Amino acid sequence: MDIFALLDLSVLDSTVRLATPLLLACLAGLFSERAGIFDIGLEGKMLAAAFFSAAIAATSGNVWYGLLAGIASSLALAGLHGLASITFRGNQLISGVAINFLAAGMTVLIAQNMFRQGGRTPSLIGEGRFEGIPLPFAEALRDVPVIGPVYYEVISGHSILVYLAFALVPLTWWVLYRTRFGLRLRAVGENPAAVDTAGVSVIGLRFAAVAICGVLCGIAGAYLATGLQAGFVKDMTAGRGFIALAALIFAKWRPWHALSATLLFGYLQAIALRPDIIESALGFKVQVQLLDALPYILTVVILAGFVGKAIPPKAGGEPYVKER
Amino acid sequence: MDKMPKWADVVLIPLISLLLAAIISALVILGIGEDPVEAVKLMVDGALGSTYGWGYTLYYATNFLFTGLAVSVAFHARMFNIGGEGQAMLGGLGAALVCLFIPWPHWSLALIAAATGAAIFGAAWAAIPAYLQAKRGSHIVITTIMFNFIAAAVLNYFLVNLLRPAGSMDPATARFPEAVHLPKLHDILAPLGIEFSNRAPANISFLLAIAACIFVWLLIWRTKLGFEIRSFGKSEQGALYAGISPVKITMIAMLISGALAGMMATNNVMGEAERLVLNSTEGAGFIGIAVALMGRSHPFGVFLAAILFGFLYQGGAELALWTKIPRELIVVIQALVILFTGALDNMVRMPLEKIFVALRKGKA
Repeated sequence: MDIFALLDLSVLDSTVRLATPLLLACLAGLFSERAGIFDIGLEGKMLAAAFFSAAIAATSGNVWYGLLAGIASSLALAGLHGLASITFRGNQLISGVAINFLAAGMTVLIAQNMFRQGGRTPSLIGEGRFEGIPLPFAEALRDVPVIGPVYYEVISGHSILVYLAFALVPLTWWVLYRTRFGLRLRAVGENPAAVDTAGVSVIGLRFAAVAICGVLCGIAGAYLATGLQAGFVKDMTAGRGFIALAALIFAKWRPWHALSATLLFGYLQAIALRPDIIESALGFKVQVQLLDALPYILTVVILAGFVGKAIPPKAGGEPYVKER
Repeated sequence: MDKMPKWADVVLIPLISLLLAAIISALVILGIGEDPVEAVKLMVDGALGSTYGWGYTLYYATNFLFTGLAVSVAFHARMFNIGGEGQAMLGGLGAALVCLFIPWPHWSLALIAAATGAAIFGAAWAAIPAYLQAKRGSHIVITTIMFNFIAAAVLNYFLVNLLRPAGSMDPATARFPEAVHLPKLHDILAPLGIEFSNRAPANISFLLAIAACIFVWLLIWRTKLGFEIRSFGKSEQGALYAGISPVKITMIAMLISGALAGMMATNNVMGEAERLVLNSTEGAGFIGIAVALMGRSHPFGVFLAAILFGFLYQGGAELALWTKIPRELIVVIQALVILFTGALDNMVRMPLEKIFVALRKGKA
């Protein structure tokens, strides 16, 4: 039994890669929910972005066009969510459900119509994918004990979107806690009436938050199809939007905690792929189904308030009706 | 004073929403280069043109009746039970255990026991989110979503590790014994002299689903408990003031909801597959949301909406068979129905209210 085997470098490397889409979607949800708009449509927006990024990258041969198309499709769905839940004051949860199904259906319909490969896109090659970037000195430092292999295996060699995702954590923190926009955004999620009284547009702020959420989900989806994997397959998000939602609750709607929560859930996904490591580390077999369910179980435990209470933004889910 | 007559709220708005969803679906079909009129003809022919088609339409409708009623009951208590899928999965487990491990002499006894088992398992799966909502204030939508995923893992574990017959690679239980096979509509209608296809999976649980509709109607509109559920849904403060316990109503409404979702297993597991497979629910739990929204949470509305979705499901399968339109078209239609009847309800309602107010002013 060797507990340190659980820190296998290849597992940590895939942790970083698997945590990236979760982190991006989690930060997306953070912006939206901090502004008082619940979003259970993260999954659908990621899925749409995954398809359109792969489809455009495949047809144009340029992954950057793919990324833009992914962001645009996710933004369109975010706009629909905003229209339903802000403009028409509809139920945000129902709107999220609708968006998830819309994306699940439309991606396969369009994929089948465009490529006729059973709802998938052709495999992306060369410029159609985000390739890993070796960081400076990764080769040179490789033989330095401890730090060298960690730097070479775990930190270096990811695609640009991975580094972008991690850079977005301090940026999100700065925007939310150190800018006027961030203060207003948090205020609109707690007490929209006060923001309105101060003469700031509740609708404008909420649309801005929903749009940021759309952009981030777009990047998350594009990373899935053009970075993590090479092309789109049906339902490829596989519940990641909901794991991100779980991570958001786990992080209690805070950016740095979102990073640790998504890294934890990313690690659980990575280790689930290596049952051999778990067995040699712990000395017994852990059911793979338990590992699959663990993020959700942990979230329910957190939600139940047994380990510190998760209190969502106060005005979350409530459409704002201006007083007359 | 109401801004609109009741018939407009109950009939007109859902019809307009449905029409909008249909128009956009037609545009989608046009977009992928097929003829929407031809597609509708194929769907009607495939789903309603023969007793075989009807048999499938009613089979799907039975699933959606159970899950639609489940979502409706929770809606009446102003709770959004998004976990019908997980509750139906667990219901399947309950029904399968009853059918596999107890030697039943006759299908009728087995049906009662399996329905009870499925209902208990489904209710139990809803009980935990309900308790957490009632006692600890955890949002029921999030917990039921999480419980859907946990249910999938639980079912996977049971099928792969415990219930799979020795030597089988398929993550599924053994076939249920002959004695618990339910009579199909063919068997029920034959003594009445009505020819019905014997290859279609519609079975006696369709009648059980109709009984469930009547039960829900009686419960919600004809009992004290139903009154309490509706009062709680309309105003939690008001209900509290009237001495109605929020914990009790939350728990009971969710238990009934989970039990109804679980009872779907009598149709898809016991009636059709006659064994428990991994993806036996096929998303019916989520279609329940669309059905409840369209049916305005009223059992009769749910009945009509379930038949409509049954038609869409069977028609969609026919389309996928004969045209280049994939089955996922139904998922798109389902999304549009949820969008227009649920989230964008005000988009249809607000202009209509203005029209009715203007009409009334014109008369006065």
